[in-house]
Amino acid sequence: MHLGIEHYLILSAVMFSIGLYGALAKRNAVAILMCIEIMLNAVNIAMIAFSRYVVPDVVLLTGHVFAIFVMTVAAAEAAVGLAIIISIYRSRQSVDVEQADSMKG
Amino acid sequence: MIELAFWVLALIMVGAAIAVVLLRNIFRAALLLVLCFFTVAGIYITLNADFLAAVQVLIYAGAIGILLIFAIMLTRNLPEGNPFNRFKVKAFVISLLVLATMIGVIVGTDWGGISSNPQAVEMPVDESTTSYVAAALFDQDKGFVLPFEIASVLLLAALIGAVVLVRDRDRR
Repeated sequence: MHLGIEHYLILSAVMFSIGLYGALAKRNAVAILMCIEIMLNAVNIAMIAFSRYVVPDVVLLTGHVFAIFVMTVAAAEAAVGLAIIISIYRSRQSVDVEQADSMKG
Repeated sequence: MIELAFWVLALIMVGAAIAVVLLRNIFRAALLLVLCFFTVAGIYITLNADFLAAVQVLIYAGAIGILLIFAIMLTRNLPEGNPFNRFKVKAFVISLLVLATMIGVIVGTDWGGISSNPQAVEMPVDESTTSYVAAALFDQDKGFVLPFEIASVLLLAALIGAVVLVRDRDRR
């Protein structure tokens, strides 16, 4: 059997769901950030698979360009997110997201 | 050959991702996340995206992996490790529903000739995609020059923001 676009899309869907579950169900803020990175990687796999299968001749690589932008934003997000987590840890001595609820109405 | 590579990489990737979510030791979870990033780079190679595979190893496995491990070491006080919150069951049901919906749509869609595109299915060609990515990114008419510049401003803003957020205000 050969590899179709479905293989890559289902792999991407599985990874996205694992990341979603972790992001919703974890208490440690760093673990939530790690699961968001898994979700971003899943999206990148889907975009590169579409780029490969829909436009197979290597001329129009818009999917690759989008994946590069996703990586850029993910790097910025990781830097700022971890800075915020370290800042919260300094003021509360904890990275538990259930304790960081001072803005709760 | 490429099918075998895909299945091995996919199994390691999904196993590492599940371990990231389930492990109680967050440091081991971060190391397995780096393994997961490496297998994603392998998947990019099976998709003939060599430049992106290199970028994946450099940025994700290198930079973001190191950054996460630094953050874990700087915030290491949780004796309970990496526990679940009170939404454990609800979140599982929701993620399962999302997965079932996505797989249903993917399997139900008629991909026509796209999925068995002979040019796409054969082995990766022996040619680098780097120059083509550059052409797609910096083309005069259909390129992404303005988004590229905005991305550089975003990175600068993130850099300054991270420095401002973690600066020690007392010792100034």
